[in-house]
Amino acid sequence: MTHFLSFAIPGIPYGFVYALVAVGLVLTYKTSGVFNMAFAAQAYVSAAIYYGAVSQHHLSKWVGFVLAVVVAGPALGYVLDRLLFRHMRTAPTVVKLITGLGLLIGIPSIVQFFWPGQHQNPPSLSPKPNAVYHFGSYHIDGNQLVVIVAVLVVMAGLGVLFRFTALGLKMRAVVESPRMVELAGINADRVSSFAWMLSGFLAALAGVLLAPYYANIDATNFIALLVAAIAAAVFAGLASLPLALAGGLFLGIFQQVLTGYLPLNSIWATALRPSFPFIVLVLLLLFWPLVRRRREAGDPLAGVDPPPPALAASLRGATLDRLTTIIFPIFIVAYMGITLFLVPTHWLFLLTQGIVYATIFLSITALTGMSGQISLCQASFAGLGAFTAGQLATEFNINVIVALLIGGAVAAAAGALVAIPTLRLRGLYLALATLAFALLASNLLFPQSWLGNGDTGVNVPRPPGFNGNRAFFLLAMAVFAVCAVVVILVRKGTVGRYLSAMRGSQVAAETIGINPARAKITIFALSAGIAGVGGAMFGSLQGTTSGGDYNVFFSILWIVLVLTTGVRTVEGAVNAGIALVLVPELLSDLGGTSVFSFLGNRVTALSFFLFGIGALTYAKHPEGAVEFNKRRSLLWIAAWLDRRAGREPTAGVADAATLARGQAPALELSGDGQAVADGPAPVVPERSPHPGGP
Amino acid sequence: MALLRASGISKRFGGVVALSELSIGVEAGEAVGLVGPNGAGKTTLFNCLLGILRPDTGTVTFDGHDLSRMPVYRRARLGIGRTFQRIELFTEMTARDHLLVAERARRGNGAMWKDLLNRGDPTTDEQVRAAAVLSLLGIDDVADLPVEALSLGHGRLVELGRALITEPRLLLLDEPSSGLDRMESLALAQVLGRVQQERGTAILLVEHDLEMVERCVTRLCVLELGQLIADGPTATVMGDANVRRAYLGEAV
Repeated sequence: MTHFLSFAIPGIPYGFVYALVAVGLVLTYKTSGVFNMAFAAQAYVSAAIYYGAVSQHHLSKWVGFVLAVVVAGPALGYVLDRLLFRHMRTAPTVVKLITGLGLLIGIPSIVQFFWPGQHQNPPSLSPKPNAVYHFGSYHIDGNQLVVIVAVLVVMAGLGVLFRFTALGLKMRAVVESPRMVELAGINADRVSSFAWMLSGFLAALAGVLLAPYYANIDATNFIALLVAAIAAAVFAGLASLPLALAGGLFLGIFQQVLTGYLPLNSIWATALRPSFPFIVLVLLLLFWPLVRRRREAGDPLAGVDPPPPALAASLRGATLDRLTTIIFPIFIVAYMGITLFLVPTHWLFLLTQGIVYATIFLSITALTGMSGQISLCQASFAGLGAFTAGQLATEFNINVIVALLIGGAVAAAAGALVAIPTLRLRGLYLALATLAFALLASNLLFPQSWLGNGDTGVNVPRPPGFNGNRAFFLLAMAVFAVCAVVVILVRKGTVGRYLSAMRGSQVAAETIGINPARAKITIFALSAGIAGVGGAMFGSLQGTTSGGDYNVFFSILWIVLVLTTGVRTVEGAVNAGIALVLVPELLSDLGGTSVFSFLGNRVTALSFFLFGIGALTYAKHPEGAVEFNKRRSLLWIAAWLDRRAGREPTAGVADAATLARGQAPALELSGDGQAVADGPAPVVPERSPHPGGP
Repeated sequence: MALLRASGISKRFGGVVALSELSIGVEAGEAVGLVGPNGAGKTTLFNCLLGILRPDTGTVTFDGHDLSRMPVYRRARLGIGRTFQRIELFTEMTARDHLLVAERARRGNGAMWKDLLNRGDPTTDEQVRAAAVLSLLGIDDVADLPVEALSLGHGRLVELGRALITEPRLLLLDEPSSGLDRMESLALAQVLGRVQQERGTAILLVEHDLEMVERCVTRLCVLELGQLIADGPTATVMGDANVRRAYLGEAV
């Protein structure tokens, strides 16, 4: 018992901070319907501000606390609500999730941009952090004490707010349907602003309280904190604040107790303790009854929102079709010619890397583009493919091309293995489960010497005959082309149509005889397989690759990037791949000029900021920014072609354009428009003049 | 032997008893109406028959097969089709796509290797069958528009077509006429009559529009608070005093 308690007591402050974040997550989820992935970023910002005020500008701790927690935290929450989340309360889960993930990448980059470098030895909030308080044979220090006291005070305040004030009641109503709440005469926006400021305060407090436990203030630490808190929030069914508190406390304490009972020397044991929250999260998502029973919050009035616009390709008339058929091969040949013979070696490498990234991104096009589901472990599949190929080629002397393919097959098998237990999960819960899998892969699998070999990494040789940069570029193009054709064929084939049906209505898809389990496992395996092949190509291009190249941060960055450019089309993957390589390169070229020399070591931060913030366009253009602009220019070109020929607009474009204006003339059959007034049926009365927004 | 037989079905949601010890059967080719006040358990019964919900007690057999442990999609392939009260369409797909995907799915085809050999496209046979159903329902002219652009009435017809093309032996219809105007309801009743007579499809029809019920069915069941309070030929049941009190209202 003494042994147990001596480990359990230091766990209490961790548990309290987890609980604080979990309560903040549940609070925003309940009041705004947004599962706020940016919470970790908010905590990070306040921790950095507190550090700057106290350690760099030598202000008093109280001033630092007021600046970081009382001012900056709620202010950031208010800004996020005002500019973003208020407008997407009823948006699909994916939109909210991607916006949050984009912020999770973008916001810490702002701090890094204005304030590059490491922030070591974060100060504690406690006036006497090193003082030790004894009780019996146990003791806690001043820092732990301040965490416990602060969290208890905040929790008591929250209890009063929800139990005894009308505001608490309104906050709960807003979640159900902000539109209905407004019909009842409540200003939903004001309630939501308050909730976001409150949760911003909680995030800030959590960040400042937890910072002293880390060696330096680093965004990755806060992502780990976020996952532990997510586990506690899931334990609470994303609904109950007391359960979130209990879950966080339990997790923090048990994680510390585990340290006391595990042997210290094996790699499994050292990796297992930090992974404990991830394992708990997976188990909760799979087995916890509060999750099993829960349906995702959907607005009963959501049916009146306009549907997403059709793909740009459907707007092409016959003339344009002919034109693109001619231009496309010319473009490809010109692109390859320029890459092979005109640009310097450095740029040849970059463009090859872009195409290899595009191959990996096709896995997102396959999974998210077809099934609409979000996986946050695509980088882990890529890593699995790379390490398998590398180990087979170096340890077993297998031909590298064969090793690449086996790498893909192993990743595909892993994809199926991930899909099978998570069959029931969709949307947010699937994303969270894959997030936990990604963290487990990074912490438990990739450090093993037989797979990722820790920080040293694995050598992945280039295939024989493809050692030269030009030859490897051609190989990368060929691999990409094969994967792209596979994605296109599956998308227009039976599997793609089944997935499209399931995305529209899973229950209706089942009642016509579609086996949803089979479709989901198939697409997960295909997607993971493509990621595995792409990852193996990536390793082969770099020569050496380690687990750090495939951590969860990249999974998040990649999916945010692909969804921003366009997840439904192969072009989207290409654009994302090239952008990932060229944006930092162009920025650093810019930093080389005298005007922009301040960019210097801030290039990475700035490009991550741009990628993260790019995700904010996703809410307006769920088809992707590139796809949106393509449709706009296609419509423009078609109109121009018709004007030149002196014709009326061609049939295809006319249809699409009419439809976009909500004037489909053949459809005014339902009589008196009663259908529309009937309410929640997913029949859409009219489309906005510009389906994708202005 | 009855085509569909549900015996002793109970379903509770927390403290609410939606169905209690309910038994109902449908003969092959028979058209049965199921009426009752809102909340009587009609949609819950449909969900239990199709496996979308698991009943707490009771068994469902269809054509001699015990359905108790069968997932929804296998029940569908055995020949049970349904439509939904709140229509469930595949967004972003056209009406024709709805039928084509249903025609493919009912046989359980869909191996990915066929897609990779570019053999996933709809076959001529499938196209012909889809066109036949579209013209049976009279929605050929809107067949190639995305369903979001259709009126609720057309949406219901697309749902019906999607169920019909799977050639069900039993069709579960959940308030097909709600949201339809009078002319559309009449047209729908005609289509249902033809389907039942020409294809021998059995129909279980949940409907509030009693005119439509009388037009379509020969047998009527009345559900109240999860229990069957009447079951018999339409005219007899309509005249039943209990039924009038529970559902129809004395003034009828």
